[in-house]
Amino acid sequence: MLILKCPYCGVSAEETEFTPGGEAHLTRYTSGSEDQAFTDYLFARKNPRGVHFERWRHVFGCGKWFHTARCTATLEVFGTYTGQTSTPPDNIIAVIKAKRPEWEGFK
Amino acid sequence: MKRYSAFSIAREAFRFHSGWERAWRSPTPKAEYDVVIVGAGGHGLATAYYLAKNHEITNVAVLEKGWLGGGNTGRNTTIIRSNYLQDESAAIFELSRNLYEGLSQDLNYNIMFSPRGVMMLAQTEHELRAWKRTSHANRLAGIQSEMVTPDRIKEIVPVIQIDGPRYPVLGGLWQARGGTARHDAVAWGYARGASDLGVDIIQQCEVTGIDQSGGKVAGVQTSKGAIKCKQLCVVVAGSSGMLADMAGFRLPVESMALQALVSEPIKPVLDCVIMANTVHGYMSQSDKGELVIGGGSDGFNNYTQRGSFQHIEETVRALIETFPIISRLKQLRQWGGIVDMTGDRSPIIGKTPVEGMFINCGWGTGGFKSIPGSGWATAEMLADGEPRDLAAPFTMDRFKEGRMIDESVAAAVAH
Ligand SMILES: Cc1cc2nc3c(=O)[nH]c(=O)nc-3n(C[C@H](O)[C@H](O)[C@H](O)COP(=O)(O)OP(=O)(O)OC[C@H]3O[C@@H](n4cnc5c(N)ncnc54)[C@H](O)[C@@H]3O)c2cc1C
Ligand SMILES: [Zn+2]
Repeated sequence: MLILKCPYCGVSAEETEFTPGGEAHLTRYTSGSEDQAFTDYLFARKNPRGVHFERWRHVFGCGKWFHTARCTATLEVFGTYTGQTSTPPDNIIAVIKAKRPEWEGFK
Repeated sequence: MKRYSAFSIAREAFRFHSGWERAWRSPTPKAEYDVVIVGAGGHGLATAYYLAKNHEITNVAVLEKGWLGGGNTGRNTTIIRSNYLQDESAAIFELSRNLYEGLSQDLNYNIMFSPRGVMMLAQTEHELRAWKRTSHANRLAGIQSEMVTPDRIKEIVPVIQIDGPRYPVLGGLWQARGGTARHDAVAWGYARGASDLGVDIIQQCEVTGIDQSGGKVAGVQTSKGAIKCKQLCVVVAGSSGMLADMAGFRLPVESMALQALVSEPIKPVLDCVIMANTVHGYMSQSDKGELVIGGGSDGFNNYTQRGSFQHIEETVRALIETFPIISRLKQLRQWGGIVDMTGDRSPIIGKTPVEGMFINCGWGTGGFKSIPGSGWATAEMLADGEPRDLAAPFTMDRFKEGRMIDESVAAAVAH
């Protein structure tokens, strides 16, 4: 059971109050882009064992989409941050680096 | 290999069971093989077995990081059926079901295949129509399945409550020749058969890197040293993304936890498999008397082999409505496996961007039933270097080409 904190309304709650929305920070390719780029945007996933960034929605709360940094090998949550960013913010990166020195960084 | 038989049991009974031999060899790895298969789950072992048996390719190693059959093959709820909607799926799942019927004889190993019948309930009008469509598709594909009425369901499954309260049973799709088998025995039987034909099964040997030269696979790095190979076939289910990462490409696959549980053992109450997809639960009774229960997978990426408790709660809550007699039972054990989910809920069998490297993955929540057919098709592909008819629709480019094999609409719970 994950416990997440919604960065908008500040509520910390069990995962049942939220709904997962998959890998975060994808570049959205649409019509007019290369076939391969479009395919990868739709289907290819990092699916890492370890540090992972993903989208969650506070569905039984304020309803907003936000981001979570989490470890898929231990279920540890490093932190959550708002949706209005296309890369993880520095303070989240710093938390992860402190806890996972071997982590290669956000790619 | 000494064959198992009634006579051998009698003979061993007279000499304190001192004459049994080990079921498979535990060789040290050679420096080089023609084919290296990563992952000794059912699919990897069946691939090795059919490579040796059907294609006489025996310079083969199966590398396993833990113990053979310790992945999803040893964690599933053993449902076997072939009543899938799409022709491509129907072909490979029906071949599998067929091979399961004769597998104990073929392997000389009792895999306890029990064609006890699989009942898929329709509990909404929508589902009823979907199952009708599937039953017609099955008829066209030559697969035996039939629509049955609520009364007939009550006859087959007396413990069911067909009239609600929330989701009355409106009908069902019944595949009388589906059923269950002993999951461990499937892995052990294929391992014993493959080992006897000359395949080296190497346990406690984790693949940590993939060597390439000039875009072609050259071998693997493992916890037991480097091993060269001409062909590499990755069959690691939930770990597929990690192996793809080692080789430098991404897959249309996400790894998630799927859980199951068993109740305390009770007297026989249920002699078929019953699936209730609308409410997300399914159940059968093991030979030991435990009710074997499963539901849907968690929704987020996870490698921990344990899932979220609310899914167990949800599954049980749903089943209690349709099977009130289970409400007083205690849970005996609960566990999870990491399943490899694709977007269309169909598997991937095919080449990868690295020449000589092949992959079999994406069986997700429903690949126990397909072990024989998948091994058969993957062995064909390795022998020819190209997938044949059975595997060809399941290549990875289907996502790029937009030819999905959509089973996600057909079965919300795809076990
Ligand atoms: C709870 C649950 C219930 C299920 N119920 C059903 C059902 O009722 N019916 C059905 O048909 N299917 C069911 N399934 C799905 C089914 O179990 C799987 O699709 C199937 O077992 C996959 O087999 P596999 O051989 O591909 O993978 P696995 O059996 O998982 O084998 C993969 C192997 O690869 C090894 N490996 C991983 N990484 C490495 C590495 N780096 N080096 C070496 N080895 C490695 C692993 O240790 C593992 O042994 C269920 C699954 C779960 C989890
Ligand atoms: Zn909120």
